[in-house]
Amino acid sequence: METVWFMIVAVMVAAYVVLDGFDLGAGVIYLAATKTADERRRIMRAIGPVWDGNEVWLLAAGGTLYFAFPLLYASSFSGFYLPLMMVLWLLMLRGIGIELRSHMHNPVWVGFFDVIFSVSSVLLCIFFGAALGNVVRGVPLRPDQYFFEPLWTNFRVGTDNGILDWYTVLTGVIALVTLTTHGSLYVAVKTEDELNGRARRVAQWLWPVQLLLTVAGLIATVAIRPGVLDNYKHHAGGFAIPVLVFGALAVMMHGMIKRTDKMAFVASGVYIVGMLVGAAFALYPVVLPASTDPTLNLTIYNTAAGAHGLTVGLVWWSLGMVLALGYFFFLFRMFRGKVRLEGEGY
Amino acid sequence: MDSALLIHRLHFAFTVTFHYLFPQLTMGLAPLIVVLKTLGLRRNDEKYNQAARFWARIFGINFVLGVVTGIPMEFQFGTNWSHFSRFAGGVIGQTLGMEGMFAFFLESAFLGLFLYGEKRLSPRAHWWSAVAVFLGSWLSGFFIVATDAWMQHPVGYIKAADGSVQLSSFWALVLNPWAWWQYAHNMSGAVITGAFVMASVGAFYLLWGKFVEFGRIFVRTGVAAGLIFSVLQLFPTGDGQGRLIAQNQPVTLAAMEALFATQPGAPLVLVGQPNVDEKKIDNPLIIPNALSFLTYRAWTAEVKGLNEFPQDQWPTSIALLYYSYHIMVGLGTVFIAIMVVAAFLLWRGKLFESRWILWALLLALPFPYIANTAGWITAEIGRQPWLVYSLMRTADGYSKTVSAGNGMFTLLGFMGMYTVLAILFLFLVRREIEHGPEEGQAAERLPKGSLTRVELEPAALAGASHRRED
Repeated sequence: METVWFMIVAVMVAAYVVLDGFDLGAGVIYLAATKTADERRRIMRAIGPVWDGNEVWLLAAGGTLYFAFPLLYASSFSGFYLPLMMVLWLLMLRGIGIELRSHMHNPVWVGFFDVIFSVSSVLLCIFFGAALGNVVRGVPLRPDQYFFEPLWTNFRVGTDNGILDWYTVLTGVIALVTLTTHGSLYVAVKTEDELNGRARRVAQWLWPVQLLLTVAGLIATVAIRPGVLDNYKHHAGGFAIPVLVFGALAVMMHGMIKRTDKMAFVASGVYIVGMLVGAAFALYPVVLPASTDPTLNLTIYNTAAGAHGLTVGLVWWSLGMVLALGYFFFLFRMFRGKVRLEGEGY
Repeated sequence: MDSALLIHRLHFAFTVTFHYLFPQLTMGLAPLIVVLKTLGLRRNDEKYNQAARFWARIFGINFVLGVVTGIPMEFQFGTNWSHFSRFAGGVIGQTLGMEGMFAFFLESAFLGLFLYGEKRLSPRAHWWSAVAVFLGSWLSGFFIVATDAWMQHPVGYIKAADGSVQLSSFWALVLNPWAWWQYAHNMSGAVITGAFVMASVGAFYLLWGKFVEFGRIFVRTGVAAGLIFSVLQLFPTGDGQGRLIAQNQPVTLAAMEALFATQPGAPLVLVGQPNVDEKKIDNPLIIPNALSFLTYRAWTAEVKGLNEFPQDQWPTSIALLYYSYHIMVGLGTVFIAIMVVAAFLLWRGKLFESRWILWALLLALPFPYIANTAGWITAEIGRQPWLVYSLMRTADGYSKTVSAGNGMFTLLGFMGMYTVLAILFLFLVRREIEHGPEEGQAAERLPKGSLTRVELEPAALAGASHRRED
């Protein structure tokens, strides 16, 4: 049962990263890849109707994590106190950036919210990547199963961890590049003409960087935490995941050369899912490794809620998921196709 | 008091108080917008649709603020109250998890359709999108109230070996009688906010002499809803909630009423300042025997005073509890008075000419917010010193690893951020109210943003095209 909930939470987190990831990525290129106010409005219209629904995946994943693994939620959220609070502020700024900018046409007003939106998107990408890096690298868990990480200590991967060290900065950069490509491809899918070409070119330029960083990330992860290979050694089927990751990268390039943006965008989504599933597979059944002493690792077994609660939860979770997928299917169908500037919108 | 404990309490109190200013209007306005849209469909009258669109614009701005200030609430259970989450997550994770799965997805998916989709959807489908947003916001309210109700009156749990509590009965949790009374009382309070806001804006238009036709619709709808729910707020919901407190939290009742000593035929204090040190009320104005009657339906019944309980079980801020409770009840009484008079004048056909009552409706605007806030302070301060009533003390629930200094840092951050949000909100809503609901000058206001959509006529589009530079 704990394993089922581990997979459910992993899938919900992956859904969040794939879905809100393109909103964030679009935010990263929002100022850099646009030349006119019209182009910026096109990007806004591409993400406007869906960003809030996408962000809900984070909240729902958080709620599910809280319900299934309360101790993990308690320990990690208090331990990552400072960066999480900053993520909250950034999420707020991103949200009001999108929603309030078009309430007035004054260029000062619009320009202000444009910058708020773009800068908070960039920082969120880096924070999320660094967060994942922290979970893979491990945190200084104490015997009482709590910890507290300052923002940085000495930037080394040891037992005196800060949120930021060379490894988590690397994962932050990987996330930034990955989501920028992902968002650029989404913008390419949703727009036409010059903006479409420019967005695709951004993704094409970033592709080699992404390939390089993927390899560097894998090497660095194995170097700092050789244990990540254990699950792969025992279940050779796991090696399908890295094959999938690199396959997805190849399909992305193929899609960009052929100018089939949809194919490239879907491949980018597959790449993200592959990276996250690969990390989850490597960690399982650990959910938060201890950098201090492996016997202090938080696992799905020592953090899960009671058995009765988990069983009951499966009933309502399944019902809720079916309903949610129905809404999203309907919503994305309503707003499908290329964005136009006429009529209602952001 | 341990200063980290104080900071974490202030942190949650500040963020949740600010947050709840928005959902109460969201939940209060949603059913009223459905009413306006229903009238528009039934009577085939475009005025009601315009009125609904006007309120949808304000609803949209309000909703954004509710969403962005709501996310920190879920996070804070883990960041600032990790010991509480570890203790109680196995039970309240159920209700909080369900909120995400059932309410957030529903709301967020249909909000987009409701706010942007009027042109793409048939009138009936758009009506359904409004209903879905209404249902989503009310479901969300239920799961949060059920979570709080479990903290007030824990049910359906067992103690596990590691000291935490775990779910033993899902239905006991969801059908907690406390949850249903509190939910009824809370939602009625939200509709009062919605009704007063609508009536207040309507009164403003009537007094201003602009958008008069809409002013009448708003005042009529607001007064009708305001009368019904002001009465429901007192009886049966407030009464039911009060009697649950009398039965299950007698020490809280004694503190709310500042009843220091047990007495038969206990009086109801209308006005007065509790003097906790000397255990008496200064400057009291009382109704003899009334508290006994309200609590036990008998004029001479004995009501337990604070002296019956050990002092370490007294609510920690008796004066604040007493005032918030009295402010809530006092304002609730004023709301009934205003709405009864306004409804009577409406029935006699004189309301729109009676400027004095329109002024009263206009100026009443902030008071439902104060009453709702005071009500929540009563519930939460009244539960002290417990975080989960009789199971976990507040002093044991906060994150011991997060120092007072780190807590202060983020509290100040939130204060700064929320000041900016409040200014933006007031600025944008004031603008909407001044523009008014009339859509004739739509061209003037184009292009509006996502949440302030107006229906575009081709002519208006052409007129507005030169303003498209953003």
